[in-house]
Amino acid sequence: MTQSPTLSRRAASAPSQPRKSRRRGADTRAGYTFLLPWLLGFIALTVGPMISSLYLSFTNYNLFDAPKWIGLDNYTSLFQDERFLQSVGVTMQYVVFGTPLKLAAALAIAMLLNSKRKGQGFYRSAFYAPSLIGASVSIAIVWKAMFGDSGPVDQGLSFFGINLGGWVGNPNMTMGMMILLTVWQFGAPMVIFLAGLKQIPVDLYEAASMDGAGPVRKFMNITWPMLSPVIFFNLLMETIHAFQIFASAYIISNGEGGPAGSTLFYTLYLYLRGFSDFRMGYASAMAWLLVIVVGIITLIFFKTSKSWVHYSGDSK
Amino acid sequence: MTTMATPTQPAPTKPPAAQVYNPKSESTAVKRIKSTIFHVVALALVAMVLYPALWMISASFKPNSEIGGANNALLSANFSFDNFITAMEGIGGVSTLTFFTNSLILAVGAVVGTVLSASISAYAFARINFPGRGLFFGMMIATLLLPFHVVIIPQYIVFQQLGLVDTYVPLLIGKFLAADAFFVFLMVQFMRGLPAELDEAARIDGAGHVRIFGSIMLPLMKPALISTSIFSFIWSWNDFLGPLLYLNTPEKYPLPLALRLFVDQTQSSDYGAMIAMSVLALLPVLVFFLVFQRYIVEGVSTQGLKG
Repeated sequence: MTQSPTLSRRAASAPSQPRKSRRRGADTRAGYTFLLPWLLGFIALTVGPMISSLYLSFTNYNLFDAPKWIGLDNYTSLFQDERFLQSVGVTMQYVVFGTPLKLAAALAIAMLLNSKRKGQGFYRSAFYAPSLIGASVSIAIVWKAMFGDSGPVDQGLSFFGINLGGWVGNPNMTMGMMILLTVWQFGAPMVIFLAGLKQIPVDLYEAASMDGAGPVRKFMNITWPMLSPVIFFNLLMETIHAFQIFASAYIISNGEGGPAGSTLFYTLYLYLRGFSDFRMGYASAMAWLLVIVVGIITLIFFKTSKSWVHYSGDSK
Repeated sequence: MTTMATPTQPAPTKPPAAQVYNPKSESTAVKRIKSTIFHVVALALVAMVLYPALWMISASFKPNSEIGGANNALLSANFSFDNFITAMEGIGGVSTLTFFTNSLILAVGAVVGTVLSASISAYAFARINFPGRGLFFGMMIATLLLPFHVVIIPQYIVFQQLGLVDTYVPLLIGKFLAADAFFVFLMVQFMRGLPAELDEAARIDGAGHVRIFGSIMLPLMKPALISTSIFSFIWSWNDFLGPLLYLNTPEKYPLPLALRLFVDQTQSSDYGAMIAMSVLALLPVLVFFLVFQRYIVEGVSTQGLKG
């Protein structure tokens, strides 16, 4: 302690240098040790399979004989495969109409619930419940029964003089039925919207009222921009999930995608190609095409988000 | 259901005091009318949204002749448990109790595996500084967006070559390797919210990462662990594609697959039993929801979990 300040500083820093790097080395070891479960899974169950399905997509493979390299044949024949093109059409319809409808319902009901009234917790839970069970086999069976011939939906509509018959067997109605099933599960995005709405400062609305703004202007100029990051998040996640619908379509169509291919969703066709025709190379090409399309859509979402998504602290 | 309504909600306050200061505030009568309209609209919407669930439950107690027949009233005079008795008999010589047990084994396995692997991996992401962390974290987030169909074919081929098809290994191994990135992300976010001073104090006392993780982080992470348990249980319980790909013998089927078998074999001849079995299959999920709804709904609103 009698040493000069400079000396003592050097004395203190000299041994700390190796100690620090020793600690860093220990941290690196510990870091990778703790990361091991995820890292193993990531390599063995995600990266490895992704690479091998990319390879398989350029081959003819039926699970029993060795894969045969055929170059881009799988990809080119996809675009001449009418069933494939139909599955793309069915899935696009579902994504393009189902997702915005579901989000619109979610936002509308979140806005209705966003007040300090009694029973909010009850309403929130009741609206959320379908999201938890909607993708299950049980609900698919119930949906099929409800929209079948002389089921409650058919009868309810007949009561109003609308005679559509059963929706399940009618290729023009099955898409509506599937979209209603996804819209029914609006609760999950609604809960997220509600959490976002609660973050918007009330003074903004009060100030707008003072300036004589009506509900439409308040929505356009306050709610929408303030909520835009949440809207973006929900839109991205719901769109990606919509591409992957499987169990409901499988159950409702008995695993066939009928009637007339009207419920032949992309993943259902992929499953049929891979696991009932054992055309695994072909199915891999389909899987990779899906990854590419979802990747492009994600990219477009992020690129266009700059013009309409406002994060707090933005100059806009 | 109302018993667990969010406790954070303040009790509605009576407005008279505010009226004095705010000339624009509405009279009590107008407020009451508005509130009544709100509840009428909201309850009507709830009735609409819950109708399929109510219809399902009511149909499960009705004789077949009344389901989808002329009588679509929710309450039937011919109330009976017959459908449930048929449903419990099972299908293909396998009792429904076996399907329940199978579903339970898979779901409990999923919970144990996910909680262990996701919490351990999340600790590395949230609390340890090491080169490559940012890169791996980014990759973990990317897998959240990845359509998993791109991995199922090679995975199937590998499990088939290892002779593991028609076992539970392919269905559970991913859970023990934190393959559901959602849960890792949820726990990372939660741990980041815990004060860093905790670790530093423990380090000064000479605790290593294992001690810090086991005796400091894990006990504090209880809410995240509970959300993870609930969701991994329900997702495993409802999972259809996994068992469809890997299981061939009905004795090993979990409920969703058994239901499909039931649909295939009975077709429309016994709607009542089919719907009763659907109700039975959803029962644990509904019980979970009623008991844990606060954790579930809060989990969704803070972490953006999918349904």
